[in-house]
Amino acid sequence: MFVLSIVLVVALWEMYKVVGPQDGGKLFGAGVLPRSNDTAMPHVWTMLSRYGRPEVRGSDKRVWLVVLEGAWFSFRLSIVGFLLGSSIGVGLSVLMSRFKIVERGLLPYLVVSQTVPLIALAPLVALWGGKLSIFGIEWPRWFSAAVLGAFLSFFPIAVGTLRGLASAPAAAVELMESYAASWKQILLKLRFPSAIPYMIPAFKLGASGSVVGVVVAEISTGLKGGIGRLIIEYAREATADPAKVFTAVFGAAALGLTMAGVIAISDVYLMRNRPKETTS
Amino acid sequence: MSAVQVTGVSKIFNQGTPKQVDALIDVNLTVEPGEFVSLIGPSGCGKSTLLRLIANLLEPTTGSVTVNSKSASQSRLDQDYGMAFQQAGLFDWRTVAKNIELPLELKGWDKDKRAARAQEMLELVKLPEFAELYPWQLSGGMQQRIAIARALAAHPPLLLMDEPFGALDEMTREYMQGELLRICAETSTTVVFVTHSIPEAVYLSNRVVVMSPRPGRITDLISVNLGAKRTEDTRGAADFFTGITAVREALRGTHADHANAGAIRGLEDR
Repeated sequence: MFVLSIVLVVALWEMYKVVGPQDGGKLFGAGVLPRSNDTAMPHVWTMLSRYGRPEVRGSDKRVWLVVLEGAWFSFRLSIVGFLLGSSIGVGLSVLMSRFKIVERGLLPYLVVSQTVPLIALAPLVALWGGKLSIFGIEWPRWFSAAVLGAFLSFFPIAVGTLRGLASAPAAAVELMESYAASWKQILLKLRFPSAIPYMIPAFKLGASGSVVGVVVAEISTGLKGGIGRLIIEYAREATADPAKVFTAVFGAAALGLTMAGVIAISDVYLMRNRPKETTS
Repeated sequence: MSAVQVTGVSKIFNQGTPKQVDALIDVNLTVEPGEFVSLIGPSGCGKSTLLRLIANLLEPTTGSVTVNSKSASQSRLDQDYGMAFQQAGLFDWRTVAKNIELPLELKGWDKDKRAARAQEMLELVKLPEFAELYPWQLSGGMQQRIAIARALAAHPPLLLMDEPFGALDEMTREYMQGELLRICAETSTTVVFVTHSIPEAVYLSNRVVVMSPRPGRITDLISVNLGAKRTEDTRGAADFFTGITAVREALRGTHADHANAGAIRGLEDR
């Protein structure tokens, strides 16, 4: 299915190049149809072949290697951001499910936090890089990007886990209470296992959120080494070398897919013994 | 020493608010060790509330509940009773054996002891070969037998059951009733059993407690004389029908009340 959908997208792209207006379509003076010339929409094969050619003239380094290295750099940052975000998210959801008053007080702020544009927040967090030290450990510049990744990933994880923890049936909670189980035992042996079907989609969202956060942070803070930086660098060359920027964009997309794939694998593993109709 | 002693217990929900509900008023009940007692009555009579008070899942508004001569809360902490509900309530992510081990795990038993006890309980409910399956792979009747095994895993002297066979079909239900009597005789467990079914109450019980709603109270205690050993033949015995008639007549009084009091429902399910 996945391969088929890719073929379909490629076909649509190339078809639009054939039928679409070269200089864009205008409706009442506003540009509504994108330009279909080779600068705005390079052929798919031009983009693919661009991976095989050197990054800059006279260099031995091919684009695919540069993109791969950039993606690997961003991937590690995303993992750090994701781990950070999921610990914060799960921690908050446990707190909120334990104390109703925390849920009522905190949840609105969490929602508000997600309405702050990442672009506005990024320079602020980036400023901490190299200037802040916590317990004698200096805040490295790359950590700012990871923190912004965590900022985007913790929210869906907190909300999803909170719902999951609350999904344990009342009768099951009553059963645990009849065994005089402690709050912690109920959490570990009942609430978390029943939360897993809710947590997996939340973690998928969180994982792709951390990639977006890291890439946007790289772009807006100019952090070197990652795929975000490649996207702005290549975008500057877009008029002369339009296919190049797409190589970096695909790299970022592949990054997000890899993260989601990691979660999908853990989904299959965690749900292997559950009734089949509840697996997502 | 009585297994359960309920003295002057009232339970009022939402006291002092417009939504006040007198779930139970001045209930007295003594259950002797080894006895099988059923609670029966129309919806809203407080039979499930009474069971939860004995289990210490609710606190009485007034009066006292003791289980094995201990306070209800102490006996809950000591796991002096096991509980089974209408829904088997097995955990999907645990194997059958691990489900049975749950109360033992919470008590901090070590692994080998738990596994041995789980196997013993599986043999008691005649499902020894299903240890490694998952609950959703079993039929409803089998799941309910596993739930009973889980409730009895810690060998509690008392078993509290809230309509455990309510969701089963008639044939499975009768089979389960026979099994329950056999298991309780083998383990000499005292049972307090909530049910909607008159034949079920009569077939299983030494005594049937008839309750009536608004306010919830005990209106009758009916002794059933079917002898110690009940078999499938018991279901055709004259004494069985005498018992059913007696319970039905006792319930008829409560039901008239019920109809007159109007159609306020839902308390039973809280």
